[in-house]
Amino acid sequence: MKSCKKATYLMSKQLDAQLGFSEKLSLKIHLMMCGNCHRCNKQLQTVHHLCAQRSTDLPNSSDKA
Amino acid sequence: MASINDYAQQLTELRPKLITFTMLQIPDRNYAEDLVQDAIIAAIESIEKYEGKAAFDTWVYSILKFKLIDHIRQKKREQDHFASDEQETDIDGFFDKKAHWNPDDAPQQWHNPAELHLRTHFWEVFDFCLLHLPTSTARVFALRELMEMDTDEICECLAISEQNCWTILHRARLKLRSCLERGWFLKEGEST
Repeated sequence: MKSCKKATYLMSKQLDAQLGFSEKLSLKIHLMMCGNCHRCNKQLQTVHHLCAQRSTDLPNSSDKA
Repeated sequence: MASINDYAQQLTELRPKLITFTMLQIPDRNYAEDLVQDAIIAAIESIEKYEGKAAFDTWVYSILKFKLIDHIRQKKREQDHFASDEQETDIDGFFDKKAHWNPDDAPQQWHNPAELHLRTHFWEVFDFCLLHLPTSTARVFALRELMEMDTDEICECLAISEQNCWTILHRARLKLRSCLERGWFLKEGEST
């Protein structure tokens, strides 16, 4: 897979569903070769986890004080 | 422990935000206001159960979230036709002709994202970015990431295909990523 756009589609899809074997493999190889997509993948995962954590936000550490 | 006045004040301040959040899923303002009213009443009635483990607004949001999910599940057969906003969410602009990242849109390094969920201001930027997505896109993203529904159920509720759902989420995530980077991460980098 050469296309970064397509790689970003798979990065997003893997947050919602199990990727097929060839999807997983082509994404993995693309991420090993492409720094931009590697960063993007980490960031999409970060946002995904932040959203999940939002509902377990702890009070005292909030900077709203 | 906060007084009744403090809670009343916080609920009053929170109300417009709750309505905006609800209107992503229920565009009818009167209906959205009613649902928010229900959530506020439920919060007041169970205020003694609020143990201060979560931030107060997060706690109120979670009450609203369950009311919204109930509403969406009940109404799934009566949903308005889901209008996809394909053109508005075009993400082709991020990529060049070969579908590689444009230099201006390529992801930059993010610093210290781990503690971000504890920072209220981050969530203000996040909500700004979310509400600037086209409506249908924001709606699907909020169902998936903020209300934690799985894509099967979202597809069923909105009567869209799973493929369509993944495409919408893909666009939403890339747009949101870009907005967060410009609105938060690059500015944070400048200030440190």
